[in-house]
Amino acid sequence: MFDLDRWREIFQTISKNKLTTALSVLTIAFAILLFTLLFGIGNGLKHTFERDFAGDAQNSVYIYSGTTTKPYKGLQSGRRIQFRNDDNKFINEKFEEDIQFFSPNIQRNNVQAIYKGEQNRYNVRGVYPDYQALEEAVIIDGRFLSVLDLKKKAKVVAIGRLVEKDLFGSLSAIGKNINLEGISYNVVGVFSDPGGDNDERYIYTPFTTFQGIYKENDELDYMGLTFNPKLKVDQAIAFGNLLTKLMKEKHNVDPRDQSVIRLRNYAEGTKGVQSFMMVLNVLILFIGIGTLVAGIIGISNIMVYTVKERTKELGIRKALGATPGSIISMIMLESIFVTALAGYIGLLIGVFTLRAIGESLEEYFILNPSVETYVVVGATIILVIAGTIAGYIPAKRAARIKPIVALNDQ
Amino acid sequence: MIKIEKLHKSYPIGKDSLHVLKGLDLHIKEGEFVSIMGSSGSGKSTLLNIVGLLDGHDEGNYYLNGQLIENLDEKKAAILRNKFLGFVFQSFNLITYKTALENVALPLYYQGVGRKERQKIAMKYLEKVGIHERADHLPGELSGGEKQRVAIARALVTNPKVVLADEPTGALDSTTSHSVMELLKEINREGMTVFVITHEEDIAGETDRIVRLRDGVIISDEKTNKKVKA
Repeated sequence: MFDLDRWREIFQTISKNKLTTALSVLTIAFAILLFTLLFGIGNGLKHTFERDFAGDAQNSVYIYSGTTTKPYKGLQSGRRIQFRNDDNKFINEKFEEDIQFFSPNIQRNNVQAIYKGEQNRYNVRGVYPDYQALEEAVIIDGRFLSVLDLKKKAKVVAIGRLVEKDLFGSLSAIGKNINLEGISYNVVGVFSDPGGDNDERYIYTPFTTFQGIYKENDELDYMGLTFNPKLKVDQAIAFGNLLTKLMKEKHNVDPRDQSVIRLRNYAEGTKGVQSFMMVLNVLILFIGIGTLVAGIIGISNIMVYTVKERTKELGIRKALGATPGSIISMIMLESIFVTALAGYIGLLIGVFTLRAIGESLEEYFILNPSVETYVVVGATIILVIAGTIAGYIPAKRAARIKPIVALNDQ
Repeated sequence: MIKIEKLHKSYPIGKDSLHVLKGLDLHIKEGEFVSIMGSSGSGKSTLLNIVGLLDGHDEGNYYLNGQLIENLDEKKAAILRNKFLGFVFQSFNLITYKTALENVALPLYYQGVGRKERQKIAMKYLEKVGIHERADHLPGELSGGEKQRVAIARALVTNPKVVLADEPTGALDSTTSHSVMELLKEINREGMTVFVITHEEDIAGETDRIVRLRDGVIISDEKTNKKVKA
């Protein structure tokens, strides 16, 4: 039951013992304030990394081939592994479920491109229409390559924004013909690429067209794909590992031969970012716990001091008929009240400060610094409990000493 | 009211123990005004602490208001103190941050008396000791004599069976001492058992019965002949 009289008594002691009350309030409020600020800033750092890395995690995988370094199944080392169209088919059949977009790739570098009087050298790639998704290229004019282009081995190209700028100036390139090493291609689209200038100096042509012209067989250079975005990081990495293993088997490569089938899996990068985030989380947690421990030690000292200082008063109260229980409950309630109030003050100041300075911190890689309510409230409760325990031990001792000893305390 | 039989008390001092009270027998009847005289170290404070349930005894029997005091835990002792005993200390022992009125009302708080009622009763006792005009003052704003009056009011407020006064005039000048003793006498005249501890002959001389202690034993127990109890 709410005992008004008891609370009146408690308020009086709190307000009359100004020094100890002020010390406790300061300690607790400061601890919670620091906790909130550090936690908030830590979270801000986390948010920045989430936005810059984890949030944009690409789900693409590129597969390259190389030369064997180990003999295997009677085959000598130094054998060059060549990807062909059947590898293309093999991967698509084996991993139908896991693959979102897929494209084989033939790349020729420094190809001379001419449009009327203008000319320059670009890297040209023969790809599937899916490649647009792999590069996250955005069509700004016309269209990207189509399945029909692929079937017809059409001599069409999609060119990067900067290629258009180089060769056509301010004119539109759509519908014009450009000459690549003596063969004329019709420009069907212009794209921009978030990857930057280099990626906007590529020319894309249908894989079949390019293979027919430059390879004159079923060879291809490398393959790119994106895995199902629903895959978790670990699953994506497992997928990449399985893909490598199966490709090694298919090409009779020693499983321990590392550099023959090379896989660039963006999930690995994501995993790196994730472990970095974990380290950051641990760091934040560590800082938080450290602050709390400092607060706990502070409030414990103050409680011990408070009780010690009031030994005589407690002795008087006992002589006048206060039971040990009433002494303990009085000190504990005081302690709980003061720490809870101070914790709340610290929490308010902390949250308010974070809101106030939040936006100005963005240039220091701290994005939206904030603390989950349950975290701060939890921290405050921990401090209140600590303050209570810290108050209980000396209170219990004070309640136990004989009143006559307490009365003689100077 | 207070009956003590073969009371022994020792305090441990390191490995040895100091035998302070060596088999005291004392009987104080209701309404008596008794003083315990003795020099420091005679055991008089120890006796008061035991009688006041502030400390336990080792051997012998102690009856308070006919009730045998034994195996008292702190809680029971606190309740008995609150109910039967009122204390007046040499150093007043008022709570510094409470006003005179609040100090007097405190024992009633521990009896669970309501706030309004507490203040009313406390005020009545402050009037009785002649200090009600200073009810709202903190102890720091009161003179020694006034503080002791507040303390006496606080001792009386629960209407106890016995008032125990430990050197009640020890910190006061002789004029104030006299008026405090007059106050205690008046209380005694109204029927209260008053038990004073002192080392001053004049103070003891104002009581009705003087018990002298030396080295833990009673060396004399005599009625003062200056007045006859009605």
